[in-house]
Amino acid sequence: MDFALIGRIWPFFAEAAWVTIEVSMLAIILGLILGFAAALASLSRNVLLRWPARAYVSVFRGTPALIQLFLLYFGGPQIGINLGPFEAGVIGLGINIGAYMCETIRGAILSVDKGQTEAGRCLGLGQAQVMRRVILPQAARMMVRPLGVNAIALIKGSAIVSTISVLELSYTAHRYISSTYKPFEMFILASIFYLAIVTVFSYGVKKIDERVALES
Amino acid sequence: MGLDFSILPAYADILWKGTLWTIALTVLSMVFSLAGGVVFAVLQLNRHAIIRWPVAGFAWLFMGTPLLLQLFLIYFGLVQIGLDLNAFVAGVIALSLHFAVYNSEIIRSAIVAVDKGQYEAARSLGLSQFQAMRKAIVPQAVANVTPALGNMMIALLKESALVSVIGVMELTLSAQRAISDSFRPFEFYIAAGAIYYVLNLGLEQAVRVAERRSAQYR
Repeated sequence: MDFALIGRIWPFFAEAAWVTIEVSMLAIILGLILGFAAALASLSRNVLLRWPARAYVSVFRGTPALIQLFLLYFGGPQIGINLGPFEAGVIGLGINIGAYMCETIRGAILSVDKGQTEAGRCLGLGQAQVMRRVILPQAARMMVRPLGVNAIALIKGSAIVSTISVLELSYTAHRYISSTYKPFEMFILASIFYLAIVTVFSYGVKKIDERVALES
Repeated sequence: MGLDFSILPAYADILWKGTLWTIALTVLSMVFSLAGGVVFAVLQLNRHAIIRWPVAGFAWLFMGTPLLLQLFLIYFGLVQIGLDLNAFVAGVIALSLHFAVYNSEIIRSAIVAVDKGQYEAARSLGLSQFQAMRKAIVPQAVANVTPALGNMMIALLKESALVSVIGVMELTLSAQRAISDSFRPFEFYIAAGAIYYVLNLGLEQAVRVAERRSAQYR
């Protein structure tokens, strides 16, 4: 272990950790939006909403995130989509995790007892009202933790944006491995930051979960 | 530059070879990750903390860090300690270790979940310790783990694309080679994605069959 080297270069890793956090958080927000929209669309009775949503989930869960990212970043310009590495990273990761989040949200909504919908409708609520006032508040309780699992997978999965030269943690680790030939030190250093990010994030998910459980 | 998918057949050969390497990589890593998962699970259930703790620490480290980083560690790290493995072997080791850790969590909780009374009943019926494990506990645990392990194996196939970054000529890197020759990223990433999608469908079918078979022991 070359502690002198670690002491010298850790600030670069701290800086890169911020990029990892930024990319991940933006992608998680995008994924939540897409996941919610796709979950509602896939539960709709309208085929024109349901099928595109099912296709989105099937395609993006059925292919590697790396291929999706490369398609967007390298293939995008061919169809007029020109994105910088950071934007492509956020959008690529967000679309990918959105497909997984859709399944989580859909599962939570479906797990709410059917009698709840029927009771809401009997009381004179419209379909949208039932969803918003009866189903979603109950489903929300059940989806916080599994969505947290999705999000943590994304934080670790965000390492792949290093391949399109986003200067985040894994990119920095790779660069210093190449220049110092110290793979163990760089792995440990990057791991400390990843583990810290994941630990703090898990704690936040736990707090949100407790809060949502209390409210409902 | 417009799209022109008619150039794909000219590169069918390289994509086919890449597909075969992806299948080889995935199948080998599946086997080793399942075997490794059983080993880690058993070690983590050991009575002695001196065996339990290092395995738990390793699992914690590998579950909290990205596969890509582990790939760098294993590929460059083994070179540094004088083991100059080729990229394919390093890729198999990294994928196997990464998924073995996740598999071991699933297997461990499945073993623990089998009611203790099952073991006691088997023992009191005269089965030996090993027989009780083999005939009573393992079949029930297998039925419990198959769906979750199946999901891991499906994830493994997709994550195998990552080993392209250390230079394994599997499907993703094969597509990149074709792109650097043809300058048509969109077409080739769509093609590679379609091949992964088909492989994924096949694997999902296989997992479903395995689930149905193992469910009879429940």
